[in-house]
Parts: sequence; structure tokens; C-alpha cells
Amino acid sequence: MQTVEVSHIIKSFADKVVVNDLSFSVSQGEIFGLIGPNGAGKTTTIRMMMDIIKPDSGDVTILGEKLREATKNKLGYLPEERGLYRKLGVLDSIIYLASLKGVDARSAEERANELLNQTGMLPHKRKKIEELSRGMGQIIQFIVSVIHDPELVVLDEPFAGLDPVNTELLKGMLFNLRNQGKALILSTHQMNEIEELCDRILMINHGRSVLYGNLAEIKSKYRSNSVLLECEGELGEVPGVSEKRTHKGYVELVLDGNATPQQVLERLVSRGMVINRFEVATPPLNEIFLRVVGKTHE
Amino acid sequence: MTLIVPLIALLLIGVFQLVSGIARPTVEIANIGYVDEFGGFQQYTSQENITLIRFDTSDDATDALIRGDIGEYFVIPQDYISNGAINRYTLEKQLAASPPITAAINNFLLSNLLAGKVPAATIARIEAPLNLVTTRLTETGAVAPEQGGYGSLIIPFVFSILLALSIIFSSTYLLQGLGEEKENRLIEILLSSVSARQLLTGKVLGIGAAGLVQVGVWVISAPFLLNLASSSIGGVISTIQLPANFIALAVAYFILGYLLFAVLSAAIGAISSGSREGQQLIGVFTIPLLIPLWFTSLIMFFPDNPAWVFFTIFPLSAPVEVMIRLGVSDIPAWQLVASIAVLVLSIIGILLLTTRVFRTYLLMYGKRPGIGEVIRNLGSG
Repeated sequence: MQTVEVSHIIKSFADKVVVNDLSFSVSQGEIFGLIGPNGAGKTTTIRMMMDIIKPDSGDVTILGEKLREATKNKLGYLPEERGLYRKLGVLDSIIYLASLKGVDARSAEERANELLNQTGMLPHKRKKIEELSRGMGQIIQFIVSVIHDPELVVLDEPFAGLDPVNTELLKGMLFNLRNQGKALILSTHQMNEIEELCDRILMINHGRSVLYGNLAEIKSKYRSNSVLLECEGELGEVPGVSEKRTHKGYVELVLDGNATPQQVLERLVSRGMVINRFEVATPPLNEIFLRVVGKTHE
Repeated sequence: MTLIVPLIALLLIGVFQLVSGIARPTVEIANIGYVDEFGGFQQYTSQENITLIRFDTSDDATDALIRGDIGEYFVIPQDYISNGAINRYTLEKQLAASPPITAAINNFLLSNLLAGKVPAATIARIEAPLNLVTTRLTETGAVAPEQGGYGSLIIPFVFSILLALSIIFSSTYLLQGLGEEKENRLIEILLSSVSARQLLTGKVLGIGAAGLVQVGVWVISAPFLLNLASSSIGGVISTIQLPANFIALAVAYFILGYLLFAVLSAAIGAISSGSREGQQLIGVFTIPLLIPLWFTSLIMFFPDNPAWVFFTIFPLSAPVEVMIRLGVSDIPAWQLVASIAVLVLSIIGILLLTTRVFRTYLLMYGKRPGIGEVIRNLGSG
């Protein structure tokens, strides 16, 4: 059973088609990236998944069924437009929002303490939300989205506004959730930021799917037939390499189409060269996106 | 607010007792001078607490006034009988002569004019010819349990003000809560846990229950406070009575009135960008609620005017209008039935519309949609 199964959903607002025939699925134990530029339809897609708005047509099943009130308790959601009651204390906020997910106050407090401890926020638990920095508030919102131990966690632009330390902290927690077998959906327009996190992605533009599948396979498909090399000594002519582009600290070798990266590596090693880095060049997601949709965005 | 209103009433009763306790012993006997140019005004110079002192000339009277022997004086001119004009002289700056002084002069003139012409008892009757004692009978001719009069107006009138305030406070509170959740971007987090319908129902019922507790405390504390007030203030307060069915209708109209304003507030909360804008918009709808209060005196003197039937049935003004009319006269049963039916239908209608706009506009931040856009979206769902 797929955790999420979205099939041919369409949504229009005032004659403008915002989501146009999207289909995808997300399994347990994977991090799924929903990526695309601003206004691509990511948030609308997520809102339809969360039953906050209804699709004009198409189906969404979550955990094998249409979303019901009971199923909502198994979902965690960090919306893009997010906030908390500013006058309420940190712990009270978490306990109240957990209660809406059916968690009793005692279990919510225990788990809140655990998560606050993990995120280093325990000393702030008695503070009011308005006393926290924006990044801290965001960590609390993340805690709210996972306090009820959900099967599926949907995070819309989770890293927006986070400093590098908190970004790493959050990434670590997301990997932990995946390792616990949860399904995670990350939605962002900052494509490169989630490259290292995602197992599979759906790239959308103008509400339509432009790329969908395993991230490694997509990157491999779009790789530019070249390798990146950092080595000591003079490189000279290398058979199978048609062009050498020198960058700061490394050289990009463009292969001639007949040679494979493996053959090039063997030739370099056989010369007795000291190689510090040898990497098949794959373009970042940003670049792949631009290549797919043309240079109209970002 | 719940306890403040009964506490303020308690405080007012206390202040009244204190003030009246201080004021009571200082009942003064005032001296008023008069100059009788007309002639014949010599008797009846003692009127209640006022003594009338005769002076031969205006100059004598002025001297006495300046010395402080008299508070003021008046002159009965020679041509008094032809036009009734009396010239009054005082050192005080006043809007008009005080009612006790006017009454004293009036009775003094009347008594002297009639002296020797009619018996003394007739003079007393001419001074106060009417002491109207009304008794309301039932259709069987028995004395009705509910007698009417100002005593039965006071509670409904005070309650109508409290009802209007309570409805306005409760719906404003709802609007403010919704506005804050919208401003703080909490709505989407809430909607991922509960449906828009649950969120709307929860808010309306939760804040409504709090409002009902408030009204309940007021209604329950009213008889106790009245008891206390009538024992200390007496007078009109002791004639106060609750109209029949008042408590039942007060609670029913609070619930219906609140529900109507709550669903309106929810709709406005959904389409407005923040709590401040929402409160401005709901202000437009609270005007009809308050209109009956502006017209209270008209309702009192012309209770059968067809305009009141309109305000009784028009849902936004019905709760307050019915409370005031209950105190003034009987409301025909058909009007109450029509009023409650229209209120219930309005609540259902607006609730249906609200659930449609609630979901659509709750997640739209920034600019408030125009009325045309909202209506178009109502059509498309």
C-alpha cells in the first residue's frame, strides 16, 4: 500500500488552472520532494492532499483511503503559511495543537519534552511564542507537526528562514523519521537545498508534472557526459576526452562519446597519477529544471 | 464582564443608599418673597417646604434677596388676571425654576384665587385632580397577574441593552479570535487537524456557551439585585416585575441573536484580512441590533405602530426589539412566531453561505475580496 496516491488531480481558481492533471505516489520510508518554482502549484497540491481544498477532479488516497477526520490524526503538516498563538506558551501551544490530533495532554507533554530536548529548545518551553526568534518558532512548528507520531509528514518550504545550524538539525530529524519508516513529502522552490534529502521527486511547473521519479536516475539521465577531476601533476592528453575545462581547483573533462568515465579513470590511474577527486558530473536540480522547462524561471 | 455588570449594579445601589443617607437630613425650608401688586394674595403662604413672605415693594424684596433672607422673589403684577404673567427675580443662574418652586407658586396662586369661592377640599382637588390607578383585567374579568406600567419596562429595557452588548461582545470575540488566527497564520495548521465545518461549529458553540453563561449570570442575579434595590431604593423599583415568559424569551432570543451574529462574524472573519478590518465590517450589521434602543421612547408611547412589527420580524433587530416591546405591551403570538421563524431561517441560510465562503477565503491572505467576487464564488462553491 502506498502512503499517498494522487491520481489525475485538477484544480482551477477563477478560470486559471493551478494544478493540471497531476499524479504521483509516495511510499513508506521515503523522502519525496515536490519541487518547482514559485507559483507552480505545490501548495495547492498539498492542500488538496490534506483535504483543505477539494480538487475539481481526480482522487487522493492517504494510507489507503480517502482522507477522513480520523485519518487526519495520522498526518503531520507544516504549511508554508504558518504561525502559532503569539501569547501562548511554547509547551501549551504544543499540547493544545497535539490535542487536536487526538493526543492526550500527558502523552503530549512527555513527547513535547523529548522533542524540545532533541532540538535544544527545552530551556525555552515556558516562554511565550512571541518571545522566540523566527527560527525557534519554526522548530516549534516542526515539533507540532510530528508530536502525534504521524505516518505521513508533509513539510511545505521547511527550511525557509532557518539558519545553517537549524537547517542541519532539521535535516537530521527528517532522516530519523525516514529511518523510522515514515513517509515524508518536502515541498520547496529551493531545489538544490533538498537534493541530498530526497529519494524521489516530482518536479512541477505551471501545475503540470515535468519530471517524476527516482532522483538518482533523473540526475543520471541529465548528466552532462563529463567528469570532474582534482589531481596532482600535469594532466596532458587523455584518450577519450574531447575537451578540458579548467575551473577553480578542479578540471572538467568532457568525454568524446565513445569513452566511459570508468575507462578514463583507468587510464589516469595507469599513468600513476595521484587523484584526489574523480566525480561523474551531474547537474544540480536547478540546472535540470532550467533545461527541462527552458530559461523562463530562476 | 460576566460579573462586572451585577457588581456595578450592586455598587450603584450602595452609592444610592450612601447619597440618599447623606441627602435626607438636609431638607431645607426655603423662603420665597413676593410682592402683591394685584392684591388679595395673603393666604396659603406655607406650601410644603416653602414659605412665602410678602413684601410691600420690589425694592424691599430686592434688599431681602441681597441680604439672603429669601432665596428669590416674584411679583404679581396689576394686570396678572389678564395674562397670568408673574415676574420672578433670583441671584442664581438657572435653566428654569425648579419644579418644587414652580409647584409652590402655582398652588399659592390657585389657592388664593379660589379662596372663599369654593370649599377648601375642592381647592385641593383642583390642584391635583388626577391620581390614576390602573388595574388590568383578564378576559374573564379577574385582576391580571401582570399589571404593566413602568415597573415592568425596566427589566426588559435594561436586559435589552445587556443582550445587545453581550451579542456584540461575543460575536466580536469570535471575529477577533478568527482574525488573530488568520493574521498569525494558524488557520492552515488547524484545518489540517479539523474540517472547516468543525472549526466553525466549535468556535460558534464555544464562544456562544461563554456568552450564555454571562447572560445566565445576569438573569439569575437580577431578582436578587431587585430585591436589594427595592428594599433600599424603593419607589419605582419596588413596582418592578418580570413580564410573563420573559426569562424563556430572553434566553431564546439571546441564543438565536447570538447564533445569527456568530455566523455573520464567521463569514466576515473569513473574508477580511485581519481582526481590525473584520470588526469594522461587523459594525455595519450591529447598527440594526441597536436601532430599537434608540427608539425606546417611541416604542413606549406608540406601542402599536406597524414599524415595530417590522423591527420585531427583521432578524438583525428582533432580539432587542422583542425585549423592549415585552416590557411595554403584549406582543401578539403570531409576531413572536414569525420573528423566531425568520431568525431561525436566517441563521440556517447564512450558515450555509458561511460554510461556503469559510473554506474558500480562510486561506486567502492580504487583500479582501470584493462583494462581487464573493458572490461569484458562492455560486461556484
